[in-house]
Amino acid sequence: MYSNGYIFRYAAIMVIIAAALLSTAAMLLKPFQERNMAIEKMGGILSSAKIEGVEKEETINKFNEYVTEAIVVDQNGNVVESLTDGSKENGAAFKLNMKEQLYLKSKGEDFELPIYKVKNKGEVIYIFPLLGTGLWGPVWGNIALGNDLNTIVGVTFGHKAETPGLGAEITTDDFTEQFIGKQIFDSNNEFTSVMVVKGGVKILPQNQQIHGVDAISGGTITSNSVNDMLKDVLESYLPYIEKQK
Amino acid sequence: MSTEKKEREPLFSAKNLRLIKEPLGANNPITVQVLGICSALAVTAKLKPAIVMSISVIVVLAVSNVIISLLRNGLPPRIRIIVQLVVIATMVILVDQVLKAFVYDVSKQLSVFVGLIITNCIIMGRLEAFAMGNKPWPAFLDGIGNALGYGIILVIVAFFRELLGSGTVFGLQIVPEGFYDFGYQNNGLMILPPMALITVGVIIWVQRYRNRELIEEN
Repeated sequence: MYSNGYIFRYAAIMVIIAAALLSTAAMLLKPFQERNMAIEKMGGILSSAKIEGVEKEETINKFNEYVTEAIVVDQNGNVVESLTDGSKENGAAFKLNMKEQLYLKSKGEDFELPIYKVKNKGEVIYIFPLLGTGLWGPVWGNIALGNDLNTIVGVTFGHKAETPGLGAEITTDDFTEQFIGKQIFDSNNEFTSVMVVKGGVKILPQNQQIHGVDAISGGTITSNSVNDMLKDVLESYLPYIEKQK
Repeated sequence: MSTEKKEREPLFSAKNLRLIKEPLGANNPITVQVLGICSALAVTAKLKPAIVMSISVIVVLAVSNVIISLLRNGLPPRIRIIVQLVVIATMVILVDQVLKAFVYDVSKQLSVFVGLIITNCIIMGRLEAFAMGNKPWPAFLDGIGNALGYGIILVIVAFFRELLGSGTVFGLQIVPEGFYDFGYQNNGLMILPPMALITVGVIIWVQRYRNRELIEEN
């Protein structure tokens, strides 16, 4: 039989070795993982502006090529920082931690948000990154508005842990392509956002249908989170949008 | 006195080779022992994640088997399950980190399932049933064998699901475009987990048809 002391020593040493091993691995691999995440973020921004077919290796170059301006705006819509040349992946807009900023906003403090201006086939496109809470974890995305800052050119969504086949469908083309051509302001120039409608857009009045998309069957909570994310985060960008119009 | 040395068993003796061969056929973890079904359903909609999952399980099972086998003599039986879990969990987190660093897309597709390797009953089962009572080398072979047996079924299932469900293999279009013009449709049901269960069932059927010894008495 083994004594209790032996068992405790055994367990303690084992745990220390495992912890040392894991933290070393995490530290060594972190630069590679962060690069992958940055590339994914850039890919999302580019594909929301309908710049498709970008190879993974050339994402950083393409990002710097297409993004003409990376902007940081404050809660009043004033441009805090604007980067037009050089490597935008190291700029303040790209490095900005949206989670922290939205937390500041929820406490009523000053906050800053990133915006990207992209030029694709001669057209200026404004891209607004989004972040919200899904069912099991965060959901995020990018919404690209045309030069009128009203009509949607494209959107992309991502999620940490939504249910595969249900909530996770928000990333599919079937869902995101519905947003193209929808508008976030009504004819009186009031902000309406884009609603994700359970039961389908067809239940909305005719004049509202341009502000809505179909929700995902079986993914109601995730659909609602996308709805709230669009409304809340776009609202924070409104001062900037009003100033540009 | 005998000068005869105790004869060393060759590395690939018939007994050791059986450790690799048996799980591939007559003692397959999925089709015969019916373990690890959960992940077999979840990651087999496409071939690529199925193969990455298989490789991950091979690495985790082989290395954990060796570690537990090395520890087996000093290991207090009262905490053996905890020690096994710590070893498996450490390995799985390492694999997850490596996947995130080098094959990010695949790691995103596998998402939670990599973490769920920890709960794959094949791994706990082999540690408890084999590695606790055998030397490192046979334990290593046993780990490779069982994980390969698991992986082969995963790849077969994924091949049919991807071919019939998406018309592709490894993401390359296999079913000719002309078929679609004549009204051929990809079977969307194949993408859903229930069809993986049915595919596994068909594999079990074929296997028992070919090997009558596997059929239960009653």
